[in-house]
Amino acid sequence: MNASIGTRGLILEEPLLWEKGANGRRGMSLPRRDVERIAVSESVRGDQPDFPDLSEVDVVRHYTRLSQWNFGVDTGMYPLGSCTMKYNPKTNERQAALAGFAGAHPLLPAPLAQGILELLYLLERYLCEITGMDAASLQPAAGAHGELAGMLICHAHHRHQRRARSKILIPDTAHGTNPASASLCGFQSIPVKSGPQGMLEPAEVAALMDEQTAGIMVTNPNTLGLFEENIRQVAAIVHAKGGLVYCDGANMNAVMGIVDMQALGVDILHLNLHKTFSTPHGGGGPGSGPVCVTRALERFLPVPRVVKRRGRYVLSENFPDTVGRLHAFCGNVGVQLKAYSYILSMGAANLKRASQIAVLNANYIKAKLTGAYHLPYDRPCMHECVFTDQIQAAHKVSTLDIAKRLMDYGFHPPTVYFPLVVSGAIMVEPTETEPRENLDGFVEAMRAIAAEARENPELLHQAPVAPKLTRLDETSAARSPCLSD
Amino acid sequence: MRYLPHTDNEIAAMLSAVGARDLEALFSHLPADCCRSRPMELPEAMTEWELDRHMDTLSGRTATSPRYRVFLGAGSYHHHIPASIAYLLGRSEFSTAYTPYQPEISQGTLQAIYEYQTLVTRLLGMDVANASMYDGASALAEALLMAIRITRRTTVAVSKAIHPHYRDVVRTYLRPTGYSVVELDYGPDGRTDLGGTAGIPEPAAIAIQSPNFFGCVEDLQAAARTAHADGKALLVACFTEPLAFGLVKNPGSQGADIACGEGQSFGIPRSFGGPGLGMFAAKKDFMRSMPGRLVGKTTDRKGRRGFVLTLSTREQHIRREKATSNICSNQGLCATTAAMYMASLGGTGLRELAELNHDKCGYLKAGLAAAGFRLPFGAPTFNEFVVTFPADPDRVYRRLLRRRIVAGLPLAAWYPELAGSYLLCVTETMTRQDLDDLVKEVSA
Repeated sequence: MNASIGTRGLILEEPLLWEKGANGRRGMSLPRRDVERIAVSESVRGDQPDFPDLSEVDVVRHYTRLSQWNFGVDTGMYPLGSCTMKYNPKTNERQAALAGFAGAHPLLPAPLAQGILELLYLLERYLCEITGMDAASLQPAAGAHGELAGMLICHAHHRHQRRARSKILIPDTAHGTNPASASLCGFQSIPVKSGPQGMLEPAEVAALMDEQTAGIMVTNPNTLGLFEENIRQVAAIVHAKGGLVYCDGANMNAVMGIVDMQALGVDILHLNLHKTFSTPHGGGGPGSGPVCVTRALERFLPVPRVVKRRGRYVLSENFPDTVGRLHAFCGNVGVQLKAYSYILSMGAANLKRASQIAVLNANYIKAKLTGAYHLPYDRPCMHECVFTDQIQAAHKVSTLDIAKRLMDYGFHPPTVYFPLVVSGAIMVEPTETEPRENLDGFVEAMRAIAAEARENPELLHQAPVAPKLTRLDETSAARSPCLSD
Repeated sequence: MRYLPHTDNEIAAMLSAVGARDLEALFSHLPADCCRSRPMELPEAMTEWELDRHMDTLSGRTATSPRYRVFLGAGSYHHHIPASIAYLLGRSEFSTAYTPYQPEISQGTLQAIYEYQTLVTRLLGMDVANASMYDGASALAEALLMAIRITRRTTVAVSKAIHPHYRDVVRTYLRPTGYSVVELDYGPDGRTDLGGTAGIPEPAAIAIQSPNFFGCVEDLQAAARTAHADGKALLVACFTEPLAFGLVKNPGSQGADIACGEGQSFGIPRSFGGPGLGMFAAKKDFMRSMPGRLVGKTTDRKGRRGFVLTLSTREQHIRREKATSNICSNQGLCATTAAMYMASLGGTGLRELAELNHDKCGYLKAGLAAAGFRLPFGAPTFNEFVVTFPADPDRVYRRLLRRRIVAGLPLAAWYPELAGSYLLCVTETMTRQDLDDLVKEVSA
């Protein structure tokens, strides 16, 4: 294991919260009681919740130890395809924690919230400028929420045309959330097969597109890491039948400053601020999934919207055709302002360079690993590349084994078994923030694992051995679920 | 740029490794008519120090405590956040990790979420809780969709005393589906008039918020009886202030089938309304109909305790269009925050803090009543209540604003019949002096 930066160190055990502490301990300072007690009637008063009592030290040790069982972007390379695990700048955290942002109540009268409203207004404008779209709403709280917003807009558009439509085209390379978001709007998903090059074929779309079909949900660059080169023809076919083109912008990190989404024929696009715009993933959230649209669809955007009137900013709900409200307030503002901070730190030239380097890094890994691993689509890739376990399968080694073994080498595994159209997919997205020596280290580890697969496959079946735990029994977890103590 | 590590030499070497002449050449296969015709127009890149200054300026143009005394609640609450929590959240092993798909190197996130799920079930008196949703409003919408799936019915009854924004979100989610939403009026004491359910044929769910938008503690037990008398309908109990369950009866003990709401109060800053935390819990029978991520307990190959994401067969990446929801994430870090907060308070601390909120709020209520102001609703409250200012309430409100007091939320925009009434919130962050000052200023 010469290629390994993975080593073993002292990791401490830590019980569950309620397995420690003692009744009467306190981990938080309570304010002085400066008012008298007021009795609560028996009909209202409930039992004290059954929480453990812990001291501040108990709590701090607990979470510090837990954190040491985790792997984050700050720990090491995290080449998770389609997730854009780039570095999360620390200045963004400083900005989001400023009292005027973190302490702002969402229902403050507008004159008392001008700073934050201006920031949201500008961020919408910047996202439009970066994507080439005309208008945006920051309200969706995550990528899938942005998809839902997009589908609601699509639904509202057709309703206003007085032509209800029942179906939507979804390529077989799409994220699983796409069909789920569409079905929330009552659309039936019609799968579209990608062609032999891993891209949408206009003829296939033309054969399926009709006047009962609301539109198409594409991802571009797609989940194979390929640019949909026929996108304009596809969009023209969809538009000719009165449909809309929705683009999942999860992979925007490949094309900032390079592609104009509106020129592709895209009507609706969602972004993931927690991917392209560097905000941390937080172990699963909070994210932020703004939705961007063309001028023609602007009237359907969620409310409230930030509006500028005579130099002052207000939140307005006065948009009669809106799809409505999607979030209790304005979405994940604490995340949005980290993205704003990122855009201002980067500027136009660095954002474009980030996309260029992201694509360079992926092509570099593709070039270095071709041969060691099977490459199902040998085409120029964008910001990610997809391999399979076809070569290793001969030694009864699967994608899962390769992924688990990578942990021992000190790398977070790539996305595995996705996209579904590729059997045993290994999807690598290095992002622009990984320097060359880390890419070389990853390549070396992957090559070493390929050698182990040939020479000592059992090593891979037993992997991982370095982390705190070995492989976990997911089958019995699902068969008899235990979701709480 | 400090986030872009590549030197020109490295780029040149890598370009030659991939066989490209320059960086532009990496994109030469893109059709020309897909590409931008002009560079992006964005402000010039700022240094870290320029950015600090810019953000300090914007931040300074927002009214926050201690400069202002803000008596606003209505779904977003000001509670003290211990320094220990902010510090622990700075552990980037938590914040810079992805969804824990690789459990062997994500046990920190997974155990933290398992603990969160457990604490939520205990707080709400429910059997199972998920790993969280986007916020309280979307959690309510998902709860009603879940009730529709379970009962195979198409109408939901929603109390008018539920946060107006939550009801808006429910309408947004349900509009394209053809399901209908019927609103239940509130009675003279500020609580939902359950008599309104009589005329609704076959409701899938009755949704009640407690404490409700007016701060009133609802009779959830009566609501459960009403829902269950029908044999099929579910009681969906929602909330915006989970701290209340440190003192008042929790939804589970009152017969709720699904309990959901906003968890922002538990250690999460207001941040202009987000990120928050959608808490979501249900009775055991409904576990497989629940939306959202779930963490379950299991063992590794050596028999040691560990945790994994589980029951993913309900979810979109496997079930695709038949999934229980399109949600493929949670508010992981916010759920972790809430767990840290609940752990820091403990059972006795939560009780004490809830009592303090209740009593301070009661002190202000009594003060305003003694000063002659009308409190239109008689039902018991927790840390919010409605007060009616006398003639020309707008003028009073504006005068207080000039004195840097935000005297609650005017209700007329949502409830025209409550013109002149304001929703006031008092948490532990207000001192007796703050409360006395408010009474004095409004009476002036």
